[in-house]
Amino acid sequence: MVEFLQFTLSGISFGMIYAAIALSLVLIWRGTRLLNFAQGGMAMFTTYIALEVVRHTGSYWAGFAVALAAGVVLGAVAELAVIRPTLGKPELNAVIITIGLLILLEGLAGILYGGQYRSFPAAFSVIGLKAGSTPLGVSRSDVFVAVAVLAAALLLAIGFRYTSAGLRMRAAAFNATVARLSGIRVARVITVGWALAGLLGALAGVLVSPSTFLYPNSMDSIFVFGFTAAVIGGLDSPAGAVVGGLLLGVVLSYAGGYLGSQGSDLTALVALGILVVVLMFRPDGIFAGARVRRV
Amino acid sequence: MTTRSTPRVLAAALATAVVVAFLSIKLNAFRDYQIAEIAIEVTAVAGLTVLTGLSGQISLGNGAFMAIGAYTTALLLLHLAWLPFVAALVIAAVATAVAGAVVGVAAARLRGPYLAGATLLLSVALPSVAYAYPGTFGGDQGLNVVFATPGFLGVNFPLTRWQAWVCSLVALITLVLLANLSRSRVGRNWRAVRDDEVAAALAGVNVARARVLAFVVSATCAGMAGALLAIVTELVAPGAFTITLSIALLTAAVIGGLGTLPGAVWGSLVIVLVPTYATDVATSHGLSTSVASNIPVAAYGVVLILVMLVFPQGIQGGVRWLLGLVGISATRTSREASVPDVTPPAGKAQASQHEALLARRSDPPESHEKEGTQ
Repeated sequence: MVEFLQFTLSGISFGMIYAAIALSLVLIWRGTRLLNFAQGGMAMFTTYIALEVVRHTGSYWAGFAVALAAGVVLGAVAELAVIRPTLGKPELNAVIITIGLLILLEGLAGILYGGQYRSFPAAFSVIGLKAGSTPLGVSRSDVFVAVAVLAAALLLAIGFRYTSAGLRMRAAAFNATVARLSGIRVARVITVGWALAGLLGALAGVLVSPSTFLYPNSMDSIFVFGFTAAVIGGLDSPAGAVVGGLLLGVVLSYAGGYLGSQGSDLTALVALGILVVVLMFRPDGIFAGARVRRV
Repeated sequence: MTTRSTPRVLAAALATAVVVAFLSIKLNAFRDYQIAEIAIEVTAVAGLTVLTGLSGQISLGNGAFMAIGAYTTALLLLHLAWLPFVAALVIAAVATAVAGAVVGVAAARLRGPYLAGATLLLSVALPSVAYAYPGTFGGDQGLNVVFATPGFLGVNFPLTRWQAWVCSLVALITLVLLANLSRSRVGRNWRAVRDDEVAAALAGVNVARARVLAFVVSATCAGMAGALLAIVTELVAPGAFTITLSIALLTAAVIGGLGTLPGAVWGSLVIVLVPTYATDVATSHGLSTSVASNIPVAAYGVVLILVMLVFPQGIQGGVRWLLGLVGISATRTSREASVPDVTPPAGKAQASQHEALLARRSDPPESHEKEGTQ
């Protein structure tokens, strides 16, 4: 029973990171109908930048802030420089370009920082918390991870619902043509969407790196889990992305914990199984209504 | 895809075989090894270029299918020492085809980005199986493969030359078969599905079956490439089958020109030869190995982005343009399309009924589809 509680809590902590990646994918998907394969690579790169800042200033929070700012810049620049020109071309072109961006960033990180694993500092203590004498399997740092992502998600939700910028973004995602006719600069809205996605990705990178170490490919598996979470949630729904991330985090935590010594190696395979099952039976996510495809 | 008659394809394959045989005898062992590497790359890239360029599906999992082929071959040769390599190759191809069919059935329901994501997850997940079951798959160290030259060639025949011959033969057979397939009804169905799924379905094409078949064909090619890799490197370890491998295959297909088999050859030449030279140059200029080994990776990224932005038809598009300048080829090329224009040449009178139907359809309203499914 104690084990079960530990697996659940640590699953929630990792699940929130998958949720952050999933949210960033959903933001871009709603604006451009594109899956950004470079999201993990961008997060990896901004985390390296954060590590540099932490090493030079000695302050974790300076690195944290710089990572988020770098994420915003990287997202916006990527959209303006390489995604915008593919508008109106087959969607395969843009997909291949995001893959190109991914390995460009991974190659650059390898050139600049080398391939070795680097430890990344955590904001708070990583010593496990206890309730009385039972260890809970999570630390203050894990709690911070969950709270930070939840806060970011809530801020986004509030922004989307109650600000005019949020209304513009929802309108552009709902119907770009009508939004454009109503005077919304859809192109600018899409750039803002990419910038916000870059911010969320950077947040996920900074939060996950204390437990996974940092190396050029360190975000690959986090990205595919975030993608799986986004698909579980339906790729179109920010709330679905968060729930999908939590579900996936908890299930993978059980799989890693209960499948014995092979468990931790097989989590990706379990995620693949979940993804295939979801896509076979609920291709638009487990929260989707009837399926509509306009032709 | 240029429309070529079977005799022309066979003649081209034969000519290439003669050139490769000549080169492999003239060049040294390292060059023979590179020939084998290129042939392996061609086998895998040809399958991927057919999948992506003709059927419009994108796979980031072909490196994983190579792993399945390689491990199948290694296990067979390890436990059944009497088994000839040809049999192991066929079994590996069948095993990968089955795996491709399983993924492909899921793929048939997935549109573009979902498929790419699912196959990417496959690339991440599959190598970890080798770590999870070290007893069977050798874990991190991998499995050793024993491969020798056959007795009739004599004891002095270099192994690398024999490897180059075997790999080149398989690559050429694969290319000929794929060329035939893409000109057949199957290939036309793939293009129809790629260009407009709904129009294809209305014209009587079984969209799901066409998609799955394309995926199985591509996976089978990757599996054979994996089997060849096993006998050339004589070691099958999970470190060789990372996501970078899958992306390198895609890069080769894109550089060469998506959907064209000659493009698969150009792309493979670039992807095998350029990193070797780049690494040589970088190390001779005193750069550290981590820098030298990452320069090609970053370069793949730049090339993928630039080719897609500036010249989506790739090298084969350029070759056709040059040939067109001197008036050799009558094949139309299109600067706008990301994938080569597949309109059949005017001379092809006996186009099948549904193809004619498809040719007459009005252009699909792309922008509407992008905004759909709200």
